[in-house]
Amino acid sequence: MTSSIQAATQPHSDPDPSGAAATEATLRRFLLGLPGVDKVGLEARAARLGTRSIKTTAKAAGIDLAIRMIDLTTLEGADTPGKVRSLCAKARRPDPSDPACPSTAAVCVYPDMVAVAKEQLVGSGVRVASVATAFPSGRASLEVKLADTAYAVAAGADEIDMVIDRGAFLSGRLSEVFEEIRAVKAACGSAHLKVILETGELAAYDNVRRASWLAMLAGADFIKTSTGKVSPAATLPVTLLMLEAVRDYTAQTGRKVGMKPAGGIRTSKDALKYLVTVNETLGEGWLDPDWFRFGASSLLNDLLLQRQKLASGRYSGPNYVTVD
Amino acid sequence: MSDKDKSAKKTAAPAKAAAKRTAAEVAAPEVTAPAETATAQATARLTVRKTYKLYIGGAFPRSESGRSYEVASADGAFLANAALASRKDARDAVVKARSAFSGWSGATAYLRGQILYRVAEMLEGRREQFVAEVRSVEGVTEAAAAAQVDAAIDRWVWYAGWTDKIGQIRSAANPVSGPFWNVSSPEPSGVVALFAPERPSLLGVVSVLAPAIAVGNTAVLVAPDSAALPAISLAEVLATSDLPGGVVNILTGRAAELGKPLADHLDVDGLDLAGIADADFAVELERAAAENLKRVLRPAAAPADWTGHPGTTRLTAFLETKTVWHPIGA
Repeated sequence: MTSSIQAATQPHSDPDPSGAAATEATLRRFLLGLPGVDKVGLEARAARLGTRSIKTTAKAAGIDLAIRMIDLTTLEGADTPGKVRSLCAKARRPDPSDPACPSTAAVCVYPDMVAVAKEQLVGSGVRVASVATAFPSGRASLEVKLADTAYAVAAGADEIDMVIDRGAFLSGRLSEVFEEIRAVKAACGSAHLKVILETGELAAYDNVRRASWLAMLAGADFIKTSTGKVSPAATLPVTLLMLEAVRDYTAQTGRKVGMKPAGGIRTSKDALKYLVTVNETLGEGWLDPDWFRFGASSLLNDLLLQRQKLASGRYSGPNYVTVD
Repeated sequence: MSDKDKSAKKTAAPAKAAAKRTAAEVAAPEVTAPAETATAQATARLTVRKTYKLYIGGAFPRSESGRSYEVASADGAFLANAALASRKDARDAVVKARSAFSGWSGATAYLRGQILYRVAEMLEGRREQFVAEVRSVEGVTEAAAAAQVDAAIDRWVWYAGWTDKIGQIRSAANPVSGPFWNVSSPEPSGVVALFAPERPSLLGVVSVLAPAIAVGNTAVLVAPDSAALPAISLAEVLATSDLPGGVVNILTGRAAELGKPLADHLDVDGLDLAGIADADFAVELERAAAENLKRVLRPAAAPADWTGHPGTTRLTAFLETKTVWHPIGA
C-alpha cells in the first residue's frame, strides 16, 4: 500500500534537465513536459507521513533539530530596530533558562533591518536572512529587484529570500522568471539564495512542480514554499512535492538543494511531521539546518514549551516563553 | 461469551426486528412471550441512546485517547458510555480555557451575571431531564432528585447575583501616609481546575463551577464516574446559554488520572480539590500545585453539606487582589 502511494507521487519517467536551460524553447518544453502530479496520491502520502508517532528521546532530538532549523522571522510593516534586536536575542538564546537549548539557524528580516540584525548576531553563528526583490508580491522592475538584493547583501545578509514573479510565471513567461532568478543569484554573490514560489498562488500542484524545477535550474540554493502573507501557506503535501522535486533534481544533476517551508507551521507536532517527511523523502543528509529550514515565528515558542514539558514532566504555559 | 449472554442476545433479536417493522405490523406482533409483546409495543421506536462526550472549547469532542467507560446506575444497571478523558484532553482543555480567559474576565460583571442567570433559565427549561438523570444516577426518590435540581438552579441564580457585587465586598480604599489614592480590588486568578464531588451529582458540579466562573475565572472541571452524566448534560445547557466557548471545559474520567497533570500544569492558576476523597492524594496534588503557587481549595475534612447556604467562600477562593497607587492631584 505504502509503496504504491510512493510510486504514485514519483514522475513516470525521470526528467532529463540537461540542456533544458539552453533556450526558451527547451526550457518551456522541459517544464511543460514534466509529468503531472497525482493529487490524491500526493495528499494520501503526506497524510500517511503525518501519522507517525514520535515520542520520548526521538521527540527531544526532533525538537532540538527543529529549533536549529528555524529562520526566526519578523516581516511586519511595523518592525522596529528594537523588535529586531529582541528577536535576535531570542534567536541566540531561545530559552534563557536552559543553556543547552540550541540557537536558531537564522533571523529573517526586511532589508532595512539587516544591519541591525547583523550587529546583534556577530559571533553567534546565527545567520541573517533578508527578503528581497519587492517582497511579498514580487511586482517591480528587474532593476529595482536587483538593487533591493544588492542593498541587503551590502548590509551584510548571509541569505536572500527572493520571491518569483507569479504574474509572469502564471501567464507562461517562464524564461522571464528564469532569467530573473539567475540575475538575482548573480547579485547575491556569496549569499545563499532562497527562492519563494508562493505555492498558495500557483493554483495547482503541477505548477508547484514546474516552479520548483525552474528555480533549481536557475541556480537556487533553497526553494521555499511561501511568503507567509498568503493563505494557504506551507502545507505538508506541497512540501512533500517540493522535496520530491529536490530529490529528482539532485539525482539528475548531483547538486544538492535545500528546502524551506514557511508560514502556517505553528506547533511542534507539525514540525515533527515535516521532519519525518524530509527523512522519508530525502534521507538524513537533509536533516540539517544547512539543507532544511522552517520559516516561522510562533513555532519557536511551541517548541520551547514542548521542550520544557519533556524536561520537567509538567505541561508548561505561555507565561514561560517570551511574547513577540 | 457465556450461554446466558447468548440466549439473551437471541431473545433480543426478534424484539429488535419488530422495532424495525412498520407500525401496522407491530400492532400484530408475532412474538409469542406475553412479556415481550408488551415490550415490543412500548418500544416500537428504536431507542435513541445518548453519547456522553467531553466539553472542550465549546465543542463536544470524544476523548483524544478514544477511551470510554461504562456508567452504571445506583443499582448497577448500565446507563451509558462516557468518554474517559486523558491527560492530553486536560492539556487541550487548559489551552482553550486560557484563550477564553481574556474575553471572559474582561467582560463586565453585569454581563457575566446575565449569562449565569441564563444558565439557570435553560436549566429550568430542562428540569425534567435533569430530575430523571439524577434519579437514575443516584437512585434517589423523584422528590429528592427534584429538590437537588431546584437547588442547582437556585445556585446559578445566587451566583449570578453575586458577579457585580463581589467586587464591592472585596474592595477597599486603603489609608496610606502619602498623597495617594490607594485602592484594592479583586481580580480573577485565571484558569482554575475543579474536581467536582461525585455526590450530589448535579448540585456538586454546579456548586464548584458557578462561583469559579462568576468572578471571571475560566474553568476545567473534572466530573468523576457517574457524576459525568449530569455534568455533560449541564455542558449542553452551558453551550446554549451565551457562555463563550472555552470558559467552561468539562472532562469526565478519573480524578486519579487527571489530578497530577492538572496540578502540575504551569498554566493553571487554581485548584479546587472538593472531589478528591483520598486525603493523601489531595496532599500530593497540593504539593504539586505549589510549584507555580496555585491557589488551592482543600477538600472539606468532614463530608461537605452541599445543600446548605453557599455563602461567598467559594467566590473568594480564586481571586487575586490588585492594589493601585494613584497620586492625588494638587
